[in-house]
Amino acid sequence: MSEREPILGRIREALRAAAPKPGLLSGPGQRVPAHEKRPTDFRPWLPAVGESFDERAALFAKNSAELKTDFQLVADRAELQTKLVALAHAEGWKKIATHAGDLTNFAFAALGMPVVRTDSRYDVNELESSDAGITECDALVAQTGSVVVTTRSAGGRALSVLPPHHVVLARRDQLLRDLPAAFAALKRQYGSDYPSMMCLITGPSRTGDIERILVLGAHGPKKLTIFCL
Amino acid sequence: MAQVLERLGHQVEYPEDFTCCGQPAFNSGYWDEARAVAEKVLAMYRSAEIIVGVSGSCGAMMTTFYKELFHGTPLEAEANAHAAKCWEFSDFLVTKLGVTDVGAKFPAKVTFHDGCHGLRELGLKKQPRALLAKVKGLELIEMGAAESCCGFGGTFAVKFPMISTAMGEVKCDSALKTNADYIVSCDASCLMHIQGLADRQKKPLRTMHLAEVLAKQ
Amino acid sequence: MSTVAQTFKETARRLTRDLRHRELIQNALGKYYVGRDEKKARFQNWQEARQAAAEIKWDAVNHLDKYLEEFVSKLEARGTKVFWASTGQQACDYIVEVAKKRNVRSIVKSKAMTGEEIHLAQALEKSGVEVVETDLGEYIVQLREEPPYHIVFPAMHLTRHEISDLFTKKLGTAPTDNPEELTMIARRTLRKKYCAADMGISGANFAVAETGMISLTTNEGNGRLSTSLPKVHVAVIGIEKVLPTLDDLALFLPMLATAGAAQAVSCYNTFIGGPRQDGESDGPEEFHVVLLDNGRTRLLADAEQRDTLHCIRCGACLNVCPIYKNIGGHTYGTTYMGPIGSVLTPHLRGLKEWKHLSFASSLCGACTEACPVKIDLHHHLLQNRRNAIRCASPWWEKLIFKGFVTLMNHPAFYRLGVKLGWFGQKFHWLVKGTRLDPMYAWTQSREAPPLALHTFKDYWRRKKS
Repeated sequence: MSEREPILGRIREALRAAAPKPGLLSGPGQRVPAHEKRPTDFRPWLPAVGESFDERAALFAKNSAELKTDFQLVADRAELQTKLVALAHAEGWKKIATHAGDLTNFAFAALGMPVVRTDSRYDVNELESSDAGITECDALVAQTGSVVVTTRSAGGRALSVLPPHHVVLARRDQLLRDLPAAFAALKRQYGSDYPSMMCLITGPSRTGDIERILVLGAHGPKKLTIFCL
Repeated sequence: MAQVLERLGHQVEYPEDFTCCGQPAFNSGYWDEARAVAEKVLAMYRSAEIIVGVSGSCGAMMTTFYKELFHGTPLEAEANAHAAKCWEFSDFLVTKLGVTDVGAKFPAKVTFHDGCHGLRELGLKKQPRALLAKVKGLELIEMGAAESCCGFGGTFAVKFPMISTAMGEVKCDSALKTNADYIVSCDASCLMHIQGLADRQKKPLRTMHLAEVLAKQ
Repeated sequence: MSTVAQTFKETARRLTRDLRHRELIQNALGKYYVGRDEKKARFQNWQEARQAAAEIKWDAVNHLDKYLEEFVSKLEARGTKVFWASTGQQACDYIVEVAKKRNVRSIVKSKAMTGEEIHLAQALEKSGVEVVETDLGEYIVQLREEPPYHIVFPAMHLTRHEISDLFTKKLGTAPTDNPEELTMIARRTLRKKYCAADMGISGANFAVAETGMISLTTNEGNGRLSTSLPKVHVAVIGIEKVLPTLDDLALFLPMLATAGAAQAVSCYNTFIGGPRQDGESDGPEEFHVVLLDNGRTRLLADAEQRDTLHCIRCGACLNVCPIYKNIGGHTYGTTYMGPIGSVLTPHLRGLKEWKHLSFASSLCGACTEACPVKIDLHHHLLQNRRNAIRCASPWWEKLIFKGFVTLMNHPAFYRLGVKLGWFGQKFHWLVKGTRLDPMYAWTQSREAPPLALHTFKDYWRRKKS
């Protein structure tokens, strides 16, 4: 029997007593004037990001280096093709997984190797044994070096996380400034009908659980490559 | 402290009946008993223009915790007024008077321990260091984790002595690594705890209060 | 003194003397401090960000009914089944029932402190279902059959050698002292589990009311895999986890990562709003959200300490707490350790039995300073102490403090007391450090300072005359 009404009842009863506003007991080093209304614009306090594309690209590249993400700006489709083929060869890919999309179709054609498609029901074991998952994305975020994917832009939930190498095909106009911009973009794009899963991916999978030492490839992809066209 | 303030030309008064700010009772959860002592303190200092104290923890009690102790009681306004008049010694010199050179001389290697109450409740960080910088012959060497609690914590030291001791040992180790002659702090209780531990473990550490350093000529 | 408090003291006595433990934790956290300060410095204004986060959480918790209703209605509109649980037992029963209905034989679990709180894994295992922890740290402590040591880094107390021995013993793998190889062992083992599991269980870091989504943070990707592959996904969430809007995540995700793990932002921040939708090729057929009260409404009613419910479970307070560093996570004997645990546990489990945690603190305030949402942690410890004394104070302690008031409010007694103390100290050496010593609690490990015969009061009097 769901306890919805009892819980809501207890909450309403509890909230009849007013709680003090936050920050009143803060020490001198932490004291900040309280705001009239709760803030909605965090940009002035979050890490700064430059306005121009070049500044964003530079910041994204810097963050990628730190995260061990392989981030590459490519001039055109020809260069993308060359780089993809080289990557596939260097990594020894035998089978890739991908979804239908403008750039992913191009990539699939360029690579010409066995493929698992995740546009409709697929065999999990086939996906698990793929060497790479190639997806598009909704956005890149310069502030954090992140990629925004959803089930709609990246071929479902598992494609971007199960294969050991995740390759993202992005466009320059997708490189956004910061997290506030990323969430605003998601709202604009999907506000009336959200995909069931959206994800902000920041670097290859990692863990610090053993002596707080960083190790890549804990469960998700060990490698993340982003080609930005 | 009295000597230093008089040296700087100030008139110092001291209500001889003052005994304690009441913090031990407050920290132990006996707020009614703490209030009984604190009420007397409020009365004692009612006519004072400025109150200067030489302890980070007593200062924090009177500046921050009196407000909490008297919240919702008839003495709330008076407690707030009292808090506004209270200054810790180093903060008073540097922030209020704008003085960093008090004419002190103390040739020694010294490291500084940031007592928790002074650091976090009163914002003491730059002030003691600014004063030490002007002491003739003194060399200040910063220790690692200077802001880490020494482990005294009032009744905590006797209620949970094993934890208190471990924290003190970590502090002593940090201090020893600097090879300083003295550990200086704004809080006598921290220093008593550190010295007590150092003496028992036969560690070559000597403690001195900031006010003692500033009084040296 | 209850046995819980006694056990706490005994365990603390042992751990605080363990120098190997002390060094291991200092080293692990040393790296964290450097990284954290670097990431904090990237913020244009960390203190403003904290105040904003505090105000947003204040709004969320102080309008909890409104936001919960919004959250639930949005979830249900897209096919999620929501279960409201007043107690941990109800939550466990519901989830066990779901597992039965869907013929679940194996479960992969992403880290959820609520799961620990209600002993969910044990309840499921008792019903005959295999539960595998997928977070590497949780997996390790699950194999060791011990509780997590830290809410974010469950295996922080173990060296690579201990982990290697564990894997050899439980998984039959070859010994190695390479953290990467150890991680790969876990990766290989767990990968099979993800693909075969019937159900994935997660917690949630935030419950976004505006869009009806849970926000789930991991670094390893185990949260993604546990919620993508199995046919059923169950999320267990404390009712206080609400966040008003999706945009709020732009502030909270970086703050959570910076304070909790010294990262700019965690690797996978996943926002899930329902089961697989029409047109989606994968994802769970069923998504259940279990909202957990389990004492939270009791804490909500305590207006003075209500902000404890603002906690985003980042673990920053644990990381800076000198008590936590010296006694370790297991000593607390609770689901939530460190400063937040000491504040929270008396409300969730009872003040009488758990008040000692609030006294086991030097009130240094490092926790309050570290908290990204400005919870007044050390003030709450003081309030817990006051509440505990109001309920029941030991008669001898009450007597001591009554004496304290008499002594301090009568300066003549005080002056006499100091002189007597000076005199008494002359004989202290006879009993110092022994069980007969009235100051034993101090002198067992420390020397006492010599009391001065001529005090400041004497000096002042002499000066004036």
